[in-house]
Amino acid sequence: MRESTVTVPDNHPAAPVEWPAPPARRRPTEPRHGGRWRPSRAVAWLVLILMMVATLLPFYWILRTALSTNAALFTGDQSALPPEPTLVNFRRVLGLASAEEVRAAGGSGAELEFWLYLRNSIIFSTLVTVGQVTSCAMAAYAFARLRWRGRDAVFYLFLSALMVPPIFVVIPNFVLLSELGLLDTFAGLAAPYFFMTPFMVFFLRQFFLGISTELEDAARIDGAGHPRIFLRICVPMMAAPLTTAAILAYVIAWNEFMWPLVAGNDPSVRVLTVGLSVFRSGQPQAAPDWTGLMAATVLGALPVILLFLLMGRRIVDSIRFTGLR
Amino acid sequence: MNENRSSRGSRGTRQEHRPARWRHLRQRQGLVAGVFLLPAGFGFAVFYLWPALRGLWMSFTDYSLLRGSGELVGLQNYRDLAADALFWHSMYVTTVYVVLNIGSQTVLALVMAVLMDRLTRSALVRSVLVLPWLIPQVVIGMLWLWMLDPRLGVVNHLLELAGIGRQGFLGSPDQVVPTLAGINTWRFTGYTALLLFAGLQMIPRYLYEAAALDGAGEWRTFWRVTLPLLRPVLALVLVLSVVGSFQVFDLVQVATGGIGGQPGGPANASLVIYVYIFRQAFSFHHAGYAAAMAVVLAALLAVVTFLIMRGLRGSRSDLA
Repeated sequence: MRESTVTVPDNHPAAPVEWPAPPARRRPTEPRHGGRWRPSRAVAWLVLILMMVATLLPFYWILRTALSTNAALFTGDQSALPPEPTLVNFRRVLGLASAEEVRAAGGSGAELEFWLYLRNSIIFSTLVTVGQVTSCAMAAYAFARLRWRGRDAVFYLFLSALMVPPIFVVIPNFVLLSELGLLDTFAGLAAPYFFMTPFMVFFLRQFFLGISTELEDAARIDGAGHPRIFLRICVPMMAAPLTTAAILAYVIAWNEFMWPLVAGNDPSVRVLTVGLSVFRSGQPQAAPDWTGLMAATVLGALPVILLFLLMGRRIVDSIRFTGLR
Repeated sequence: MNENRSSRGSRGTRQEHRPARWRHLRQRQGLVAGVFLLPAGFGFAVFYLWPALRGLWMSFTDYSLLRGSGELVGLQNYRDLAADALFWHSMYVTTVYVVLNIGSQTVLALVMAVLMDRLTRSALVRSVLVLPWLIPQVVIGMLWLWMLDPRLGVVNHLLELAGIGRQGFLGSPDQVVPTLAGINTWRFTGYTALLLFAGLQMIPRYLYEAAALDGAGEWRTFWRVTLPLLRPVLALVLVLSVVGSFQVFDLVQVATGGIGGQPGGPANASLVIYVYIFRQAFSFHHAGYAAAMAVVLAALLAVVTFLIMRGLRGSRSDLA
């Protein structure tokens, strides 16, 4: 399509326009002051590494606990490696262990329907991501690429929603959903995030502002309508930032807690974060099932960690105030 | 798609077609924008604008979630609120939490960002540091609940080895708020540092070279060059983190009150404003009263934002 309908000006790069490189790339890696302060550089590295270790150690510790048995924990063993390594806790949480195994492992009987909650989290996060990125990309196009009266006023109105504390709208939204009979449904759960979040509109508008309009102008002159320009030029050119936006939307939806807690507490739509908190509060005070809790905790964070391992770079590079000064 | 169109795109003919076409397109853009804004506009109207107005209205009623209705009661909720000792207590608790959290978090993040700026731009380092930010707060809460457990937690074990002795942490009325602030600092420092790091990258290198030529040391350069030029970004980061910190909820809901206990405990020592509003709305069904508290909170956050931006002259850069 590109070669016939859209005539690319000669000086225009034929390859998809690269999203502006992270600012880090501008600066060479060599130390700014050459070899002037070697010892202090070593100290600085030491501090940075200590910070990284402090960030990671707690994650190691939950993994270590999840791989231990409750019996070993209650002896007060604090060795760095799990005392009697076992996968029984993961099998318990995943519902793969037999009843005797559960009892032997010191399971408290508090049930975590992990697979159900996992499914619910996936449905909720996927719905939110697909809807939000689509409709916010369209809105961003209207704000960044079209000229119409009142555009900036409407944009700032959208942005002003950032200033409203979520709890302020959670209460009326809860009332609205109960009036519509949508409490404890996926539709009701996803609705407030499905159409827009102010952050996503802002985030995507910044990207639309950042890419050149030459291709679009060329397409426009060739008679392409706005839907076609949007779908055939903007979306492909924006593939990278749209992916980043989708990842962020997914992670944020996955971590959502307060809204699913009030609007989706029924087990049929309960998401993992709410399920974990219910699992926790169902524990007996005398002997909580720590290893089971920690195995559930690890599994609850696992999807986000996997996503991060695959796409971490995008997320990390997206964290800054894009042109917002 | 057809030859006719592509030939029209060549430079000569394009100029002739432009004026008429563009005027035509300009006129249609309002309509097109309307269509493109339809889904997001619907979401904004139904799930942001309308609930915000309705919340404001609810704050003047005795709306109950049980009855599903409410009568106008004028300013009664606001009068009740002014006389509610627990409301003022929760405001106090929240403020202490915010001050402790923002203080430690901002200083540590600044150190982290400057170190990264000087040492490395490795994505791995940044990924590791930002990891806790991506993990659900519920998970973070459970993790620290376990690590800080009075009997079996590893932190207390280490403290005992160090000769300091066991601490109550989340179970102690005196320590619960500082502990929560510490946990949140652990969670958010990396993210905050990344925002500051991005700001540091915008400072032109020649300014550092000039400072070095003038014989300024690291310390002096930081105070005289880095910090002043980072100010606008720092102001935004502060707004973001202070406003976020005032709204702490998930962590308190999960990590306080002990196993199986009432969130906000022990004895309401960690009853931050969000937890109190939530309790009034969804445990006591006093939605009208909860809405009034939310209005006060929203107003407070607007004032705080204004003060930070004003105080740090956050909207103006010294670079420009």
